[in-house]
Parts: sequence; C-alpha cells; structure tokens
Amino acid sequence: MSKLNAEDLKRIRENAKKAISLREGEAREYSKSTYRSELLLCSSTACRASGSLEVKDTLEKELARQGLQQEIRIVETGCNGFCAQGPVMVVQPEGIFYQKLTAKDIPDLVEEHFLKGCPVERLFYKEPVSAEAIPRMHDIPFFANQHLIVLRNRGVINPESIDEYIAREGYTGLCKALLEMTPGEIIEQVKISGLRGRGGAGFPTGLKWEFAAKAAGDIRYVLCNADEGDPGAFMDRSVLEADPHAVLEGMIIAAKAVGAQKGYIYCRAEYPLALLRLDIAINKAREYGLLGEDILGSGFGFDLEVYQGAGAFVCGEETALMQSIEGKRGMPRPRPPFPANQGLWKKPTVLNNVETYANVAQIIQNGGEWYASIGTETSKGTKVFALTGAVRNIGLVEVPMGTTLRTIIFDIGGGIPKKRSFKAVQLGGPSGGCVPEAFIDTPVDYESIAKVGAIMGSGGMIVMDDKTCMVDMARFFMEFIQDESCGKCTPCREGTRRMLQILEKITHGHGEPGDIRMLEELSAFVKDSALCGLGQTGPNPVLSTLQYFRDEYEAHIYEKRCPAKRCPALIDFVVDPEKCSRCGICFKNCPVNAIEWKKKEPAWIDKAKCIQCLSCITNCPVDAIH
Amino acid sequence: MPFAQPLEIQNPDFTKEVMAQIDQVIKQYAGIPGSLIPVLTACQEIVGYLPIELQDYLSRGLNIPGSTIYGVVTFYSFFTMVPRGRHTIKICMGTACYVRGSGEILNRIQAGIDLKVGDTTKDRRYSLEAVRCLGACGLAPVVVVDDKTHGGVTPDKILDILSRYE
Repeated sequence: MSKLNAEDLKRIRENAKKAISLREGEAREYSKSTYRSELLLCSSTACRASGSLEVKDTLEKELARQGLQQEIRIVETGCNGFCAQGPVMVVQPEGIFYQKLTAKDIPDLVEEHFLKGCPVERLFYKEPVSAEAIPRMHDIPFFANQHLIVLRNRGVINPESIDEYIAREGYTGLCKALLEMTPGEIIEQVKISGLRGRGGAGFPTGLKWEFAAKAAGDIRYVLCNADEGDPGAFMDRSVLEADPHAVLEGMIIAAKAVGAQKGYIYCRAEYPLALLRLDIAINKAREYGLLGEDILGSGFGFDLEVYQGAGAFVCGEETALMQSIEGKRGMPRPRPPFPANQGLWKKPTVLNNVETYANVAQIIQNGGEWYASIGTETSKGTKVFALTGAVRNIGLVEVPMGTTLRTIIFDIGGGIPKKRSFKAVQLGGPSGGCVPEAFIDTPVDYESIAKVGAIMGSGGMIVMDDKTCMVDMARFFMEFIQDESCGKCTPCREGTRRMLQILEKITHGHGEPGDIRMLEELSAFVKDSALCGLGQTGPNPVLSTLQYFRDEYEAHIYEKRCPAKRCPALIDFVVDPEKCSRCGICFKNCPVNAIEWKKKEPAWIDKAKCIQCLSCITNCPVDAIH
Repeated sequence: MPFAQPLEIQNPDFTKEVMAQIDQVIKQYAGIPGSLIPVLTACQEIVGYLPIELQDYLSRGLNIPGSTIYGVVTFYSFFTMVPRGRHTIKICMGTACYVRGSGEILNRIQAGIDLKVGDTTKDRRYSLEAVRCLGACGLAPVVVVDDKTHGGVTPDKILDILSRYE
C-alpha cells in the first residue's frame, strides 16, 4: 500500500466505520455492516490464561456447524477490563455480556442465543449481593460508573487492525497536529489540558515538552516508558494490548511538538503479547506511512523502535531507562542535567508513560479545554487504575480525577468478598502507601492522595481485608525494594537492607523495643539521601503503615502476636475448642494431613506435621485457630 | 589461556549450528551503539544461558570489554549464566499474588520436587524462578510455565500442573 494523505485516511475511516457500526451500538436496521451480530471476545493476557483461545476455536466450529459463519463475526479484542470474570464476551449490537465462558458452554450458547434468539442467563454477570443476573454490559455497575478516555477502544476494536482504530477517530488528532498546528500550538494545547505524567510523579506534560523543545541541539528523542514494574499494576500492559495505536499516535504528536526524529518504546520482556501487538501496530503504521518520512504529506518524519527490557525494576526510572537503551547497566544518574536537556545519548529527550501518551491524541483532537473540564482543580482528566486484591470486581478501571476511593472500591469494585471487612487500600506500589478506612472518602487526585500519606503512583490499587498483616505487607515491599536496588548509592543499598532486616526480625517474633524508632530514623535518612526515586520513595510503605497501623507493629514487638494471623512465627497453631464450629473445613484444606477431626468434635492440629502454611487459618469460618 | 580455545571445545552446548547462529547475531549487531542487550537476549534464546566463555566470545566479536558484558549480564534478572531446565516455572511474587497465597505454592514446589528458587532440577526438567508482577493480577495467584499462564493456582493443584510438562 502506498503512503496515505489526509484524504486517504478519511476514506479508510468511512469504510471501516460501516464495518464496525454494530459494535458501536447502531441498530441492526440502520447498520451498514454485512453481519447480523458481532461477538467481541476478549483476548488479553488474563482472558487467554483463562481459556479464551479455546472458547474462540469452539465458537468458530459451532457457528460453522449451525451455518451462521456468514452472519455472525467473532472479533478478538484487547482487554475488556473485567479480568476476574474472564473469559468475557460481549454480543453486539444488543450489548449482552457473557462471563467465565468455557468451551463446554459454547454449543448451548450458539444454539440458544444465535439460533433461537434467547440469551443464556446462566452465563450473565450476577450482582454479588442479590445474585440478580444483569444481561447488558452497560448496566453492570463495574462498567456503568467508569469514564473512558484512555480505554475508549477497549473491548471494541481488534488491536491488530489499524483500520478499526482509524474508524474510531484514530489518527484524527495526528492529522490536525501535523497539518494544521505548529509545535508551539501543540505544546500550548497540552499545557491548557493540564495533563500530568501518569507514571506516578505527576509532572506537567506540556511543560516537559516545552523544556525539550527549547533545549539546544538538532537531534532529539521521544521515549515511552512501558517498563511497568509495580507489583499489582497492569494498566500499561492492558493499554498496549488493547489499543497500541493510541500510544503510537501520542508519541508521533509529541515528536512533532519537540522536533524529534526518532523514538523508542521501552517495554518489559515479561509482556510478550504487548510486545507482539506493538510490533504489528508499528509495521502497520509504517505501511500506511504514519511512521517514517513525510508523514501524511506534512514533510515531518519520525520513526519508532521497540526496545525490550531485561528485567530490572529500576529501569522504570528515567535516567536508568536511558542507560539501559544505551546497552549499559540500568543505573540512575544524578539530575540535573535533566533528560529534557541531556537524555538518551546525551541529546534532549522526552520520556512519558504509556497512559500519558494514550491521552495526547484526544487532547489534540478535542482541544485542551475539553480535557481540562474533566477532573479537579489540580488534576485533570481521568486515571486508569488496576483494581486488585481483596475486592470482588478485579479489573481495569478508568475514572475521572476526583472520584473517591469509596466509589472505586465499593461501587465499581463491588466491595470486599467473603464477608470480610475493608482494612486499607495500597496505592502506588513499593513507592506508595496505604490508605486506611478513615480516609476512604479521599478523592483521587495527586494532592489529596499525597496528603493522606500515599501517592497516586502509576495506578496500582490493591485492596486489603482484615486478614492482611500490615507489618508483613511493609516487609514484602521492603524486600522488593531491597532486591531491586541497583546498588549504586549507599543509602538505598545499605539502608533498605537494614530496614528489611528489622522488619524480618519483627515478623519472625524477635522484635525489640527501639525497632520502631530505628525504622523511622532509617526511613528519614534513606528518603533524604538516596540518589533516585526508587530509594527516595522506598520507605513510604513502612512510614504509612507505621502512621496508621502502629498498634500492629507494637503487637508484634511487645505481645509477640500478629493480629491478622499472617506471621507464622507468631501463631501457636492451636484450635480453640470453645470457638470451633466442628465443620472440618480446616481438616479438608490441610495439605499435609496434620489436622485430626471427626464429625461433632473439635479439630486438633498435630504440630509435628504442621508446615505452617496458614491454609487452616485462612479458611476457618469462625476464626477459632490462634 | 583457556579462552583462546574455540567455544566448541570448551563447552559441549556449543555445537556447530549454535555457533553459526551466534555468529549471525554478532554480524547483525556489531558496531551498532546500544546493541549489547538485544545481542544477549538473542544469544540466550539460542543457547539457553550465557556462560562466561560465551561472554568472552561476544566481547571479541562486538569489540566491547568483557567486564562490561559481565556487568550487564549480572545486572538484569532476565539473563542467566547457568543452564535452564526444559521448562521454566515462574511464580509471580507480585502483591496481588502474594496476598492470595503464592508463597504457599512456592513452598509446595520446593517440598514436592526438591527445587529451590533460581535452581534447575538435576535432570534439567524444570527451572524455578520467583518473578516480579506479571501483570495478570486478575487471576492471582499466577504461575507461568514456559509461555503458558496458569491462573487461580492453589497449592493442591500446582504439582499436578507441573506433571504435565515432561
């Protein structure tokens, strides 16, 4: 195919629009689609792991067997967002949502729904409390309460098809930026939008671009940080898997704004599907002339390469990431000079996160003021969160800035399962902190979250119930930081190791008076003196748990007791015969047969056999084991 | 000077075919700045690991000091200097998986097939790695064997899952 100009792009859009009109909810009678129904089957990492590929194969066979293959089309989409219910499928134009599909369900589903026209209720989403079935996707609270900008194409388009992206107004922003706007005007619009870095630190994107545009030098780079490493965060993976062109478009616009000719996307090796879809997207964009020389006949040229990370968390730090692209050990360096002046290969460089770039095209297309009208005074637009942990509706959530944590966790997330209670929510991963129940009405914006001792971070949101030990959680994050510390600066290398040792001592039952003070002193020291963001924020999980759950630390140290019963060294593994309901659940769950139990008699744990795996305590319905 | 000997003599893993592929990689990347990590990634895919004699060979081919190569290999967790098993087991130790019991799964593997994190079984059947968040938190706890992601794994299921990989 020859390179496109703006007119060609419009023509492709018109044709592709007809092809996907059913999916956008257009009534069958008016739609120009040649199909009767479209089946939007999620094929992201999570749904694939739950078996969506088998579901697809069976669907194809069944549709062919019933002679429906000309009428009904299966579309493999990127992440739909409702990961825990996977594999999920949406039937359009009706918008019927099916969840937890297996290959076994398919023959029945095809016959009932597509042949007879009766949707299959047993595969609908059920409201967790009332168990009422909700057939339509937009009526499910998980979806109804979200506001999609970054994720607008999720579960709608096939991420491997550039035409479908174009049909959804894709590359419209690029046309406008390249053909109608000057670099200064682009930067001005991004500044007006109030967009701030979605990687976590929240630096104003427009300002960053302006610095790079003004820096001296004729070679500049635009980089995308897709080295998403925070445990519990999968926003960037989902965006790259569901809508890779949105990121490419944002990067090309950024390149025009700062005058860059070359860009890299630094993506984790742990995301094979994201890497594959990026590769397909880049090749398609090149084929259409949206990457390369003279894009859309504007005279502006830019090309992109994907750089695969090799497994080092610290490479998410901007200077370390650039060292890594240069083929060196990914160790941060002191700033200034800032990357905007001296970045990759010592040239002016702009580095933004995946989600930041995914916002850019729509800001240009709809104007900065449109974006600034969403959100709060200081934090504009929306934010994508990866909602996980002890919450019913695990998945990907996009909400306007300023939405409260309560809305996200209880309205969208559906609250805490297994009749347990909410204890805290962890934001910002190993650089962030916990927000306890008292502050659950905090709105999510950069400043409010910081005020309660956590950070916005990249978007990991891990809900914790009353069975989570906060000291163990702090130890877990410190172990992570310690392991990922690159070892260049002493405060991070040695300080985090000492902090980890103290936390291990406490969770193993050897805590002493003075440990808490020592943790606080070391935290302050590491925060002040570490070289990069990894060390400077590393003590945050310890500090925030100390702030809100100091009593748990004290119980571990002074009473040698773990209130949440998660630290094996502080548990006796004895069944309280008074409390025991004689149900035998512990007996059935014990992996090493260390529990003796007969009907109507309390259980008894043989400590010689017990491996302290906690499965009895986790499963006991009456909390009788201490 | 053991390094002066050809690689084929030093290590039986370097057959003629493997050497041809490595030379091809060197030819493709030599002289391109910043190409060390892609070269190492490609070589590890070919050989399975990056022993010191291979690093020395690459150093000569790419004209990069051996110390730099060793520094990069030891810095990134993706690279290994010891052979891996036929199947690599990766247990996610991210927060969501940890909260949902990936530690207990790890214990069960260690007890069940006598395999510690970072090690390979004697018959080179399995290697075990505890890895950072795999970004499939919706399925926690997650175990990845080779390229296949297993979600919602329990300690009871894990040995059965592993037995499917010969």
